Parts: sequence; structure tokens; C-alpha cells
Amino acid sequence: MKRSMFAGPYIVWMLIFILSPMLLILYYAFTSDGSFTLQNLVEAAQMGNIRVLLDSIRLALYTTVLCLLLGYPVAYLLSRMKKAVATLLSVFFIVPMWMNFLLRTYAWKSLLGAFTNILYTEAAVLLGMVYNFLPFMILPIYTVLMKLDKSYIEAAQDLGANGALTFLRVVLPLSVSGIISGITMVFIPSTTTFAISQLLGGGMTMLYGDLIYMKFITEQAWSAGSALAIMLLIFVLLSMAIMRRAESAGGKQAEGGNRLW
Amino acid sequence: MVKRLRNFFKGTYLGLILLFLYAPILILILFSFNESKTLGNWTGFTFGWYEKLFRSSEITDAIVVTTTLAVLSSLIATVLGTFAAIGLHSMKKRRRMLIENISQLPMVNPDLVTGISLMLLFLAIGLRNGYIRLLIAHITFNLPYVIFSVLPKLRQSSDMLYEAALDLGCTPLMALWRVVIPDILPGIISGAILAFTLSIDDFVVSFFAGNGVDNLSMYIYASARRGVNPALSTIIFVPVVTLLLIVNIRSIREERKREIQDRKVGMKR
Repeated sequence: MKRSMFAGPYIVWMLIFILSPMLLILYYAFTSDGSFTLQNLVEAAQMGNIRVLLDSIRLALYTTVLCLLLGYPVAYLLSRMKKAVATLLSVFFIVPMWMNFLLRTYAWKSLLGAFTNILYTEAAVLLGMVYNFLPFMILPIYTVLMKLDKSYIEAAQDLGANGALTFLRVVLPLSVSGIISGITMVFIPSTTTFAISQLLGGGMTMLYGDLIYMKFITEQAWSAGSALAIMLLIFVLLSMAIMRRAESAGGKQAEGGNRLW
Repeated sequence: MVKRLRNFFKGTYLGLILLFLYAPILILILFSFNESKTLGNWTGFTFGWYEKLFRSSEITDAIVVTTTLAVLSSLIATVLGTFAAIGLHSMKKRRRMLIENISQLPMVNPDLVTGISLMLLFLAIGLRNGYIRLLIAHITFNLPYVIFSVLPKLRQSSDMLYEAALDLGCTPLMALWRVVIPDILPGIISGAILAFTLSIDDFVVSFFAGNGVDNLSMYIYASARRGVNPALSTIIFVPVVTLLLIVNIRSIREERKREIQDRKVGMKR
């Protein structure tokens, strides 16, 4: 018996439950009543839908920037603490990731409803997204900063760099890989989120996820929905490719940081 | 003085972010002891919400579905995925790359697309049972996470051990069980934990792929408009915090021991 046979059961599973569902989406996107057509894709690319996609991207960008601005200092402060304290504290930043995200979003909904008047506005959706995705920005950056060789920082200080300069020229360039994986983990899911906008936006803000939901569930228009899903997939793959390029460029920059010494 | 001020600001900043992360949950927990239904209007202490929670079969059913689903799907995905990784590891490069690329689909795909694609498949093959649908969906999105946490461990371990075990008369399965599996166990465990957490928290895939049987997320989503029982937040929050603290306190203790040791060594120097 060859060792590669052990993958057999999985390959069967993969063909049925991973590959064929995707082929079904492709099938629906490119057919109408069983015959091949590009009509669905052309209709999916109309201005109204593009505007919703751009709106989702804009909101996802706001979310990513806010998460980075709020999360980087947290990761940095944690990484400079004594290790025992940092480990304990980092647990508290992980706990929310383990709690049902819908319940936490619901908690904000009742809070905003009871104490403020921003529920069912874009601000509420943004707040919910930052709240949900912040830990996903903190953790990768914290992991990279923790592994950062402290002797680089000491060397910078020995050579006369002050705190700000050390941070800008040493710590920041060396943490680029963490920043990029944080951005990937926040930006892509927040482009495609759908529950948060439903709960906190109350249907007032239409995001791309809501659009796909509407086509599939409300209108039962599978071909139109599949075409929208394909468009989303293309966008996601494109942004992942861009992140990957940025990461390898960032890696080079970090090496450049090393060369300083 | 300046240093103390700086430390104060650092502490305040971390505290504010933690407050942001925890305030909604803690306020829900606080008001789960409140008689009134409206948040922010304290009328008196009560355990009523908790009684209601355990009497509502909708909620208890959803809790059972969520936990059994997480256990079953992560278990099955771990077994299937570990064997898959072992098989993939010994395949020729081209075939391996092809399968690895297809396997990454559920990780790359937005949850929304994964959920819809599975919904289309279930409708096409006429699978109606809501629980089976959820189980298949959860196993499917768990599998790549297991495979890709086991594969690196296989690359680190030596294939010679497996060959040696075969030469010494082990059957392939026995050689796997006695030699390969112990070697890659850390990867298997982290894959299983990842799978469990993904399953227990999932909403989007379940929402689209499911049919009539609700997990907790689906229940909360469905009843968000008429209001969710605030006692639910306590029921979820307390076990999670306890579990994570227990798991981490051991490593923290070891860390502290090491720090103290380091300091002693430093003093001797």
C-alpha cells in the first residue's frame, strides 16, 4: 500500500464538497436556462452593484486603518512588557475572538440603542467592524514584535537614536510583515461581512454581502447571485495578490533595516 | 517622574482598549440580572433571565447543536485532514500542488461564497437534513486548517523513521500510529483546536448552508430584532474566560519561573 493512498478519503470529500460547489457557482454564473451566456456577468457589473462594492471597500478601508491605528500601539506596548505579564494580558485580547461574534455585535446593538442615537447608521456599522476585527490586527503584529531581536533596539540606542527615531527606523520596518498579515486578516473579511451590517446598519447601509444575500435568499435569483459572487471572488484574489507583493517588498525593506547597522 | 507619567499613559491606553472590547459584554451580563427588559433602566435584581434561558428549548437546543457540531466536525476534520496531509506529503510535486491549491479554496473564499456554494450543492443533490448539512459544511471549512497545520510538521519530521518501522515489520497503519503520528502531534492538536474554534463561532456559512436546524449564531441572528436573552452572554463568557485562563496560566507560571531564574543568574554575574 502506497503512503499517498492515505489521502484517498479526503480527495473524494474535496471533489464533492469543495470543488463541485464552486463549479456549481461557475455554472450558474455562466448559464441562463441551461445555455451559455455572459449576460449575468454583464448585469452584475452594472453601476449600481459596482457602487455597492466600492462602498463596501471604503468601509473596509476605514475599518482597516482604524484597527491599525488602535491596534499597533497595543501590540507594541504588550511586546515591551515583561513576558509573564504580556502573556496574561494577551489572553484578554484573545478572549473576545473566542466569544460568539454575533452575540458581541448584538451587545453593541442594545448598547447603542439604549444609550446613543447612532444605531442603524454607517457609524454604528463601522464601530461594529472595528470592534470585531481589532484582535485580528493586534495578534499578528504582537507576534512579530515579540520575536523582534531586542539587540537591534539596543544597538540603535547605543548609536544615539532617540525613542522616536529607533521606532521609525528599526521597529516599524521590522514589523511590516505583521502589519501586512494584520491588514489581510481585517480588510478581506470586512469587505465581505454581512451580519454586522444587518444587525447594526439595520438595512440602512447596503454592503456587498447584503446584495448577494438579497439576490440568493430574497429574490432566489441564483444566476445573478452567482455572478455577483464571482465578482467578489475576483476582487478578493486581486487584493490578496497585492498584499503578497507588498509583503515581499516589505521583507526587502526589513532587510534594508538590517543593513543600516 | 516622567517615566511614571509615561507608564500611566501606557496603562490607560491598554485599559481603554480593553474597556472597548469588554464593555458591551459586561454590560449585557450586568443587565442579565435586571428585572426590566430595557437596557439601562435598572428596576431590580432577578435571576429570571436565567430561568427563562434554561426553560427555552430554542436556546438549549441551539447550545447543544453548537457544541456537538464543534466537537464532531473538528474531530472528523482532524482525522480526515491528518490522513490527507500524510498522503499529500508523499505525493509527487505536481499532483500535490494541484490538491493543495484546491484545498485552499475554503480559506481563500469569503465565508459568504463558501456558504452559498454549499447551499447550491445541497439543493442540487436534495440533501434536506439541517444537522447533516451543517456538519458537512463545518467539516469542509475546517479541513484546510487541519491540513495546513499538519503539513509543516511532516516536512520537519524524517521519513526514515516510517521506512524503518516498515522494515522492522510494522504494517503501514501501525507505523503511522506508533511513529508518524506522535512526531506530528503538535500540528494535529493545533489544527484540531483551530477547527473547534472556527466551528463554534461560525455564522455565515451555517446561515446559508443550513436548513431549519439553528446553531447559537443563527439563533441570535434570528431573534436579534425581538431581543436576545442577556443571560446568554454570561453563559458563554464565563466558561470561555475560565478555560483560556486555565490553559494559559500554566505557561505563564513557567515563564515567571524562567524570569526569576534569569534574574538570579544575572545577580551572580
